[in-house]
Amino acid sequence: MTVTLAQAINRALTDAMADDDRVLVFGEDVGKLGGVFRVTDGLQTRFGRERCFDTPLAESGIIGTAIGLAMYGYRPVPEMQFDGFSYPAFEQLVSHLAKLRNRSRGTLRLPVTVRIPYGGGIGAVEHHSESPETYWVHTAGLTVVTPGTPEDGYALTREAIASDDPVILLEPKRRYWMKADIELPATAPPHTEAVVRRPGEDVTIVCYGPMVRTALEAAEAAEQEGWSLEVLDLRSLSPMDTGSIVASVQRTGRAVVVHEASRTLGMGAEVAARVQEAAFYHLEAPVLRATGFDTPYPPAKLEGYWLPDVDRILDLVERSLAY
Amino acid sequence: MGEDVTAPAADARDPASLLPPDEPVRLLSPDGTFHADAAYPVALSDAELVAIHRAMVITRRVDREAINLQRQGQLGVYASCLGQEAAQVASAWALDAQDWVFPSYRELGAAVVREVDPADLLHLFRGTWLSNHDPYEHRFALLSIPIGTQALHATGFAMGARLDANPLVTIVYFGDGGTSEGDPHEAMTFAGVLRAPVVFFVQNNQYAISVPLDQQTAAPTLAHKAVGYGLPGYRCDGNDPLATFAVTRRAVEDARAGHGPALIEALTYRMEAHTTSDDPTRYRTQEELEAAARTDPIARMRNHLRQRDLLDDATEAGFEQEADERARAVRDAIYDAPHGDPLELFDHVTLADRADLAAQREELRAELAARVAGQEGDDGPGPAPGAGGDA
Repeated sequence: MTVTLAQAINRALTDAMADDDRVLVFGEDVGKLGGVFRVTDGLQTRFGRERCFDTPLAESGIIGTAIGLAMYGYRPVPEMQFDGFSYPAFEQLVSHLAKLRNRSRGTLRLPVTVRIPYGGGIGAVEHHSESPETYWVHTAGLTVVTPGTPEDGYALTREAIASDDPVILLEPKRRYWMKADIELPATAPPHTEAVVRRPGEDVTIVCYGPMVRTALEAAEAAEQEGWSLEVLDLRSLSPMDTGSIVASVQRTGRAVVVHEASRTLGMGAEVAARVQEAAFYHLEAPVLRATGFDTPYPPAKLEGYWLPDVDRILDLVERSLAY
Repeated sequence: MGEDVTAPAADARDPASLLPPDEPVRLLSPDGTFHADAAYPVALSDAELVAIHRAMVITRRVDREAINLQRQGQLGVYASCLGQEAAQVASAWALDAQDWVFPSYRELGAAVVREVDPADLLHLFRGTWLSNHDPYEHRFALLSIPIGTQALHATGFAMGARLDANPLVTIVYFGDGGTSEGDPHEAMTFAGVLRAPVVFFVQNNQYAISVPLDQQTAAPTLAHKAVGYGLPGYRCDGNDPLATFAVTRRAVEDARAGHGPALIEALTYRMEAHTTSDDPTRYRTQEELEAAARTDPIARMRNHLRQRDLLDDATEAGFEQEADERARAVRDAIYDAPHGDPLELFDHVTLADRADLAAQREELRAELAARVAGQEGDDGPGPAPGAGGDA
């Protein structure tokens, strides 16, 4: 059947709530409205206002109370309505959610799944198109995953909710309406494994979330040029499947990392560091990065110039091959 | 034609019912004389009154020991609760066994009531580990350093209890400075809307490090803030253990009965520095300190018990001796206490095993081995951290 990413995540939330009555979904407008992207549509009708509820408009409050609910014994699935509005919750996420297990010497379990629609490309007003993954990846104690396909939308959501560790689930909002012909419940490898979405010989394209589709489009276009690109979808940003990246680069000798987030200290920097540490003598070219620029996210009419696209990826592929 | 949405709602709560009393509730004069207030009954047996006194005496003695340990270099820093013993002990005494305490970092008195070993808390200040007690055993959450953040944890926990039809109540401690932070504001907003059975207990000890209350808020009192969240605001003399107990008990039982959360402002005074790293002579006078000392909570309780013939010399001497023994036990546990295995740093980050952490753990293990080898004068330094790869 044809399933969108949003529908796949919605089904995952539905199934998780049906399987375990300790799973709670809450946040701003997730109840009656079903979420501004309708990802939580129908949950309140089916599971009641106690298990899927609207909170006051306060993101720190949402994450802080999720921590208390988790300490009590629930499995909270709070939503940050948009990437740019997760920042008021930064302290609760970084100082407590990420650290309480360690602080308690393992006594406390925080099975919290923080859902954050992220990234640009939807023509939104300021603060609605950010890619904050580096903040969470840099914070010890958080697991950070992001689906690039509807199957992963289902599988990674289920895995996150089932985890006894706190998970940041970054949902690529521009891909919410991306369709796939799949059966639900979908299965997928565990989040710890990156997946080759398209095998290739010449250059490894390391990508995740919203850029998986863009990278696949680039690989398609590259064929016209006679270049064979391997598209590797990281799926989990923390932990990162270094082994799969290195294995691919050892075959291709070249890598281009693609992400929407700004370049400096982005995931590309970490991928490049790991590749040169582990596969230095296999490299035919430096690891290159097709990313957003180190500017604030642009106004909507300019985002097309800012976001990495097929052309930017192919330019870097060409540069890589020229070494 | 719809209703006039700008008109006041018919069911709006009368803010007057939420307002704190004009004067803070006080049941004991500084000389120990009791003045009953029908609105705030003191449901305590004579034995419990004496037990509260005992807990305050132990708290003060152990607090002093912690300061001494810091002076001797055994603790990195310590935040004393001197002068706040009644606010902490008597409020914690108002809880039932199943209720939960969410402390800041200054709640030794509440910890004593909850029978948390003070030495376990002091490991945070020594730096041997970040905590050392089981919060579920004592229903006493971990000490929380970022100001006011624990108010949300207490609220979420209480939301969970309500959802579960579990009649437990949570109490969260923060200070006058904490009321300026966003998280207690969000917590009281959530608790009010979601009817979470949580009591917000503000120890107004007059200072946030050096900043006095009048630079912290323009509110009439901290308790008045409750009205904005739809919570009843209480005010009590926090150096009066009986008033603190009675007010807290009322708020706790109202919350347990489903009447929702409450905010209590307990007026007290931090007799010590903010922490051992602070120099309070830069921001307050000796005269002010001496005036505050005249409201001392332990002297007040002692006077009261003496007046009622509930405390004789022998009992008092027994408490002093017990307090000394507790202090000595804390000293024994903390003095030169070794840190654990450095490799434990990797053990609690996540429950799931992570290959990246396992690799870094191996790096540290190699460094440790090289250090041992170096000390033994053997092979010299081991391999550099992170060395390896496919070269």
